[in-house]
Amino acid sequence: MTLFELKDILEASILVGNEQLNREFDKCEASDLMSDILAGLSEGSVLLTGLTTVQVVRTAVVAGVGAIVFVRDKTPPQAVIDLARTEGVPLLTTPFSMFVSCGRLHAHGITGLNEMKQLLISARPVTN
Amino acid sequence: MTAFKKSFNIKKRDFVRAGEASIKIQNILKLLNMDQKLIRRIAICGYEGEMNVVMHGGDGILTVEIDIEKIMLDIEDNGVGIEDIELAMQKGYSTATEEHREMGFGAGMGLPNMKANSDDFKIESEKGKGTHVHMEFIVSAD
Repeated sequence: MTLFELKDILEASILVGNEQLNREFDKCEASDLMSDILAGLSEGSVLLTGLTTVQVVRTAVVAGVGAIVFVRDKTPPQAVIDLARTEGVPLLTTPFSMFVSCGRLHAHGITGLNEMKQLLISARPVTN
Repeated sequence: MTAFKKSFNIKKRDFVRAGEASIKIQNILKLLNMDQKLIRRIAICGYEGEMNVVMHGGDGILTVEIDIEKIMLDIEDNGVGIEDIELAMQKGYSTATEEHREMGFGAGMGLPNMKANSDDFKIESEKGKGTHVHMEFIVSAD
């Protein structure tokens, strides 16, 4: 789905990245733990988070995260917006909670980072 | 002979600027047209290292050396040091404060993630003196 569709589904406002509305995304992660983002397959994903520090943007740049959505109507400090603009990372803010945001995106076909792998694991026959 | 070498200072408790050096290194590697996955691994290791120094390390220096066959990162600090390196390397082990955790760090994943993303990982530390992490990344010829 495009960033434009994602914005619609989350009823979000775009803080940075109006020029990237056609960019495509198919996976998402939701975390306030930057360590998890850095340790995961987060490249090209959308990050849903409640954290609004500059480190969220730096984590996204380093890990190759494609866009950041702040949940619960959070607006980051101006320094965070400026950094995201410099680095070309789209920033959105949604009124929905983390849980509801995840649910909405998942219902529209966005998957988690390891979802295929996890489905295969859960499909394995149980042996004792 | 090293083709390129650059060092960056990391300031104790400078949570605002932490990560700037790794993004600069990432940009240098992009200009050199390095493999995107390799760049990501190096940037992640540098960034985790910077955050470690800012959180626990006192002042430190991050050095990148770019060679034809490999890229090296060295992160040295004069901080508290690590008493039990084996324990510090365990996923989830952390001595982070509430302040670190509020910023999304300190989950005890930094050092294991640096090891996982580098081709060679060495760590030396002395309690009260500081820590030196050396990482190497092989540049595959293609």
